[in-house]
Amino acid sequence: MGWAIAVHGGAGDISRSLPHDRRQPREEAIRHCLQIGVEALQSNSPPLDVVELVVRELENIPHFNAGRGSVLTSEGTVEMEASIMDGNTMRCGAVSGLTTVVNAVSLARLVMEKTPHIYLAFDGAEQFAREQGVEIVDSSHFITPENVERLKLAKEANRVQIDYNAQPIQNDTKKEKPCANGDSQIGTVGCVAVDSNGNLASATSTGGLVNKMAGRIGDTPVIGAGTYANELCAVSATGKGESIIRGTVARDVAALMEFKGLSLKEAADCVVHERTPKGTVGLIAVSAAGEVVMSFNTTGMFRGCATEDGYSEVAIWSDAQVE
Amino acid sequence: MGGWAIAVHGGAGVDPNLPLHRQEEAKQLLTRCLNLGISALNSNLPAIDVVELIVRELETDPLFNSGRGSALTEKGTVEMEASIMDGPKRRCGAVSGLTTVKNPISLARLVMEKSPHSYLAFSGAEDFARQQGVEVVDNEYFITPENVGMLKLAKEANAILFDYRIPNGCETTCGANVESPLHMNGLPISVYAPETVGCVVVDREGRCAAATSTGGLMNKMAGRIGDSPLIGSGTYACDLCGVSCTGEGEAIIRATLAREVAAVMEYKGLGLQEAVDFCIKTRLDDGKAGLIAVSKNGEVAYGFNCNGMFRGCATENGFMEVGIWE
Repeated sequence: MGWAIAVHGGAGDISRSLPHDRRQPREEAIRHCLQIGVEALQSNSPPLDVVELVVRELENIPHFNAGRGSVLTSEGTVEMEASIMDGNTMRCGAVSGLTTVVNAVSLARLVMEKTPHIYLAFDGAEQFAREQGVEIVDSSHFITPENVERLKLAKEANRVQIDYNAQPIQNDTKKEKPCANGDSQIGTVGCVAVDSNGNLASATSTGGLVNKMAGRIGDTPVIGAGTYANELCAVSATGKGESIIRGTVARDVAALMEFKGLSLKEAADCVVHERTPKGTVGLIAVSAAGEVVMSFNTTGMFRGCATEDGYSEVAIWSDAQVE
Repeated sequence: MGGWAIAVHGGAGVDPNLPLHRQEEAKQLLTRCLNLGISALNSNLPAIDVVELIVRELETDPLFNSGRGSALTEKGTVEMEASIMDGPKRRCGAVSGLTTVKNPISLARLVMEKSPHSYLAFSGAEDFARQQGVEVVDNEYFITPENVGMLKLAKEANAILFDYRIPNGCETTCGANVESPLHMNGLPISVYAPETVGCVVVDREGRCAAATSTGGLMNKMAGRIGDSPLIGSGTYACDLCGVSCTGEGEAIIRATLAREVAAVMEYKGLGLQEAVDFCIKTRLDDGKAGLIAVSKNGEVAYGFNCNGMFRGCATENGFMEVGIWE
């Protein structure tokens, strides 16, 4: 036993030829956020505080699809969502449709702690944010040039798709559009943590799906889909929201452990490799016993983990680099 | 296969002092919905179509808390939400924050079938509704005088509840009449409006579906989302079963109640009624909720741990039951 923590910056079709300048800052950021979480656990911070702290940090870093750096809706705006869950009490909080709140995960925590509700969204959530005095900014703060570009490419791809259907083009290379940064599907950041007493917590945050319809809600704020924690484990998922919702991914990892007696790793692998379509899902999870697992069926997942006995790892694809 | 089966609900947590004529009205509506579902199933309408049909009927009737007759937000407006799930491929659709859409469950279905997403909310959902050409009306259409009265009582009850918590022995100032031992979602049962309507169906082909729709919690904060539109919490359907829940939203979400019924059937091999009983007894802690469920084998079951649940169920072999209390 001992503490354990894992962090992710999104699972998706991350090309192995991702240029160094797109890869290195993210690896560095994961390493940095992991370190923040480790230090907090070492100073006996409760896991609920740790996951919030780490996800706040990830939200503030513009390289990931959450907070600043969120992908854009089809209207070129940002709509952020997040959720957080405490394993012991199974209390949870979630928010959607945020446009000015700097740290969605913190607002989710306030919903959990300061309201009789679990989930607030859009105008109601923004109003609550102002009542709580959380940090808010002009929504342009969250928009980065990379995401403006991603949206443009996504819209063009849709147009190409339509053209392709209208006039059969024998040009397969058209479908293989060169993603400017090879990661237009990147979704979500998350953190799971357990302390040496087996207290568990999970938090997830995102800008959602690039070019999504305004008002689209994904798996991230849906308890049991993108986020879950109970007395057995804490899970944060990432990938194609619609698949994660349908697969109740985060809950299923815990359910397999509880009802079928699977280990954390067996449960995570079962959900990711047997119960969800390839190319759609990744997740991080920790167990009350201090184990950690990071599992994905996509090309890659930006991730990192560390345990009290000194193990730590930061990686993108499936050949892990041990730090 | 075991033939078709259907269950409907109009919410869990009922005022024990509900006047008899109101109880009668509720039973008549449930009976009417069951009969509608039964004819549809006898004409081989697929489960997904039947659940939508029945929930539309429940939304349109002002009696229960969905569509017209929805509970009001703290601002006196209506914000409706719903979700629907089709067992065979676990396709799903959900909506929240609707203010003008006459039948939220139908919009949820359109999200499932006509959009690339699973869940749309607030103005994005309203825009989608207009693109799809569904019937829209003014927000006032959904508001009933009864619920305006209930909102006022809820606000008063919250004020009294708040006073009661001041540790200065203010018992004399608390309206003792409102002091009911039964509470749900923080409101005295006489003021709490059961949250939801729902329908679960298995058709003759063994396909399960589930649908849930609500106006949400009386006096809720604007923007509050409950369990009803959350797949896995208020609604769930897969190859094995279809489930729709109602009651205290927080408890249902924490328990991921609808998914839980299916998970214990799948992972522990429990039968439908066992699974329902297990979840109601062990997954809710202090929370109060109820649910209806059907299995692919043509069974129907329900359970609740609160004071009453408006419900009805029927199976192809002629069984039919409508009830409110234990």
